[in-house]
Amino acid sequence: MTGEVPVIHRRIPLPFQVRVEARIEEVPRWLPPLISLGAIGLALLIGGIVLAIVGGNPFLTYAHIARASFGSIGVFSDTLVKATPIILTGLACTVAFRMKLWNIGAEGQLFIGAFAASAVVLTPLLPAETPAPLMLTTMAVAGIAAGALWGLVPGILKARLKVNEVVTTLMMNYIAVSWNNFFIYAVWSEGGFQMSRIFPKSAWMPRLADYAGQIPAFRGLTIHLGLLLGIVAAGVLWWVLYRSKWGFEIELAGDNPNAARYAGVPIVRNTVLVMMLSGGLAGLAGMSEIAGVVHRLQGAISPGYGFTGVIVAWLAKLNPLVVVPVSILFGSLILAGREIQPSGIPKLIQGIILFCLISSETLLRYRIRFVRRRQA
Amino acid sequence: MTHVTNAVEMRRIVKRFPGVLANDQIDFDLRPGEIHALLGENGAGKSTLMNVLAGLYRPDEGTIRVHGQAVDFHSPRDAIECGIGMVHQHFMLVPSQSVTENILLGLDEPRFLMNLPRYERRVAELAEGFGLRVDPRAKIWQLSVGEQQRVEILKMLYRGASILIMDEPTAVLAPQEIEDLFRTLRGMVAEGKSIVFISHKLGEVMQIANRITVLRKGQVTASGLKPAETTPADLARLMVGRPVLFRIEREAQEPGDVVLSIEGVSADSDKGLPALRNLSLQIRSGEIVGMAGVAGNGQRELAEVISGLRPCTEGRILVNGRVISNQPVRKAIDQGVAHVPEDRKEVGTAPGLSITHNLILKSYRHPPLARGLAVHYPTARQHAQQLKEAYDIMAPSVDTSVRFLSGGNLQRVILAREISAGPQLMIAMQPTRGLDVGAIEGVHRLLLDLRRAGAAILLVSEELDEIASLSDRIVVLYEGQIVGEVRGEMDDAMREQIGLMMTGQYKGQEAGGKGQEAGHDG
Repeated sequence: MTGEVPVIHRRIPLPFQVRVEARIEEVPRWLPPLISLGAIGLALLIGGIVLAIVGGNPFLTYAHIARASFGSIGVFSDTLVKATPIILTGLACTVAFRMKLWNIGAEGQLFIGAFAASAVVLTPLLPAETPAPLMLTTMAVAGIAAGALWGLVPGILKARLKVNEVVTTLMMNYIAVSWNNFFIYAVWSEGGFQMSRIFPKSAWMPRLADYAGQIPAFRGLTIHLGLLLGIVAAGVLWWVLYRSKWGFEIELAGDNPNAARYAGVPIVRNTVLVMMLSGGLAGLAGMSEIAGVVHRLQGAISPGYGFTGVIVAWLAKLNPLVVVPVSILFGSLILAGREIQPSGIPKLIQGIILFCLISSETLLRYRIRFVRRRQA
Repeated sequence: MTHVTNAVEMRRIVKRFPGVLANDQIDFDLRPGEIHALLGENGAGKSTLMNVLAGLYRPDEGTIRVHGQAVDFHSPRDAIECGIGMVHQHFMLVPSQSVTENILLGLDEPRFLMNLPRYERRVAELAEGFGLRVDPRAKIWQLSVGEQQRVEILKMLYRGASILIMDEPTAVLAPQEIEDLFRTLRGMVAEGKSIVFISHKLGEVMQIANRITVLRKGQVTASGLKPAETTPADLARLMVGRPVLFRIEREAQEPGDVVLSIEGVSADSDKGLPALRNLSLQIRSGEIVGMAGVAGNGQRELAEVISGLRPCTEGRILVNGRVISNQPVRKAIDQGVAHVPEDRKEVGTAPGLSITHNLILKSYRHPPLARGLAVHYPTARQHAQQLKEAYDIMAPSVDTSVRFLSGGNLQRVILAREISAGPQLMIAMQPTRGLDVGAIEGVHRLLLDLRRAGAAILLVSEELDEIASLSDRIVVLYEGQIVGEVRGEMDDAMREQIGLMMTGQYKGQEAGGKGQEAGHDG
């Protein structure tokens, strides 16, 4: 016999055993929302503790967040404006995640969408005096197409060569941002500032405030056409995912790719198409931001809308209709966050919420039991 | 012969899984210094019994003694402390790490500093001692399957295993590697180790084992046989069992036109090794062809090639005169090919989706379920409701996720889907595996109804009785080729003949050897 035998230590025995058991029957319908709410509650609690540790008053802070984003029609309108790109990026992530394609490149797709929409105005592809409907439609198409292209590349790599889409989509974010920067700094820079000239009016999406002349109540309301686009997109996507043949294929491929292949679903084609649709929605978000809010191409068009979309999609349990209210919640966090602190705490709370939500998923598949240890 | 303490004594071991009695009062002894083969069909309970011994499962009843000491294992860690190590069929190695790193993985020593060269020397010495040729510095991904297996064995030896359980070790090996493995195993026994050798291949067991225990359906059918005292035919009978035949009414029926025509098809396995070699077969309408054979001889690959899931490297397959090989899966589906896959959970169903979704898995594309671009879910639910009743699927509702269904119910979902499509050709892989008696009878009746309706049926099964009672003729698959065909009433002589064909020892002309003679009947 060879060598000395290595010693394997035993773990310290506890009087009871925590056992995680797979659930063997369907969870009741009320459980998933309850667990999600519980997770958000826990996240706010942890966030509150952090606030208290850094010397803030958690109750006042949360109350302030609520007031700053839902306190009046005016601020609520601003909340909806912030929610608009989140709805679109949330939908972008939803459609990809349904097929278990982890597109975390919505941020880059948004930037490249913004770039392409701007190019229509700045190159200029269409003259400034083009009628607004034609101008805006062209911009939207350009934004969607560019975003789709940004989804197509990782999609093909994933489908054909099994390249991990998390890595490719993440990396393509940096390409998109740098690409944008090149144009902002060098090509379309206005007087040395890192932004393009302001777009002609024909490239502005209509806002409610534009109609204040006819309806005085709309005065100062910044809500723009993008919100309507987002809500319509949510409705259409819901139909596609829950009612169409293609949605069935996506769901099947997401749940069990082997079964999908066995059922004759063209996985390669669907992978590419889903990634393109996902990218296109995020690209539309970029177009909506520059045509609806900033009216020029500039660097700071997104405080991470693309990444917020990941959280929103998850929180909405990949249901496009739920994406809309959840996006409004996150819009309020972004808006109120500005009032509290430029970036720290609100982002931190977002992060904690996502963390708690993803962890809570486990409770849907497993139950936790405490078992007394048997005497050996 | 003097009495020696057994290395392992398992007494009256019972292990239940939901709906299955995997081990039913099993006794098993392992003597020191022997290779004891555990023989049985898939699902006979061999692996379960050994997983109990290795501490992966806890028995519901029964006792285990190791070297005379009663033991109660809570984890594999407990088992390895008693010197019991198991080498699983699927290796558990980290591809990017070296052999030595993999062997040290999970041990308390080395603690912080790796000092790899020192451990590499130790691994090399250990390997040398048992004739396990492997470079301790090589990365796992660089190694052949046979070498990886040696690493797994070394892992156990390094942990001080004196009792080694090999779970179907030859299933993944090439013939030459099998020879090497056998040499190693004999060497280890000579060094005083004891080995349990799990297999369902008769030839191997006769070759390597000192004693043989046969399991069938969770029970011991023969215990501690010596290879000299038995024959492959006897073992086959013990393994497959005496017929417990319910006489099924199988009316005489003249087969119709040729539906399936396989013409000289070759195909590779997932590992890129030839799985089918120049195989030809025809099946006519209203005919059930039973395919007997030990698992892993190309059955799965054949089913996949026919259903379009796997490309064939040579030859072609026609259904009703249309080529369906090397075409999209949908082509086969649209030609009326139904496929009941071997793996119900990984291939046959989408576990997270509802019964309704799983029942329309293939039919969602066409009316009445499809309306334009949409799936009409009210119709789908209605359709599912009807199938649920007609096929007796036990579930709270058609909205229940299929992952909560038992094996039998899952199989009913698959059969309901495949049969309700009105197939021209049915490929039924192990359609009754793991089902209880009542469910088996139901499946048999469904297949016979399908035959009456004029479908061509390829029935692949490891249950010889099942094949015998349902099939119009029986072909035997061995190493990707059809090595023989029989028809008529199943008697002991025929059973023996099939058993020998299944193990490649009967090829019409002469017994034994892995010849490569081609050309078989179709």
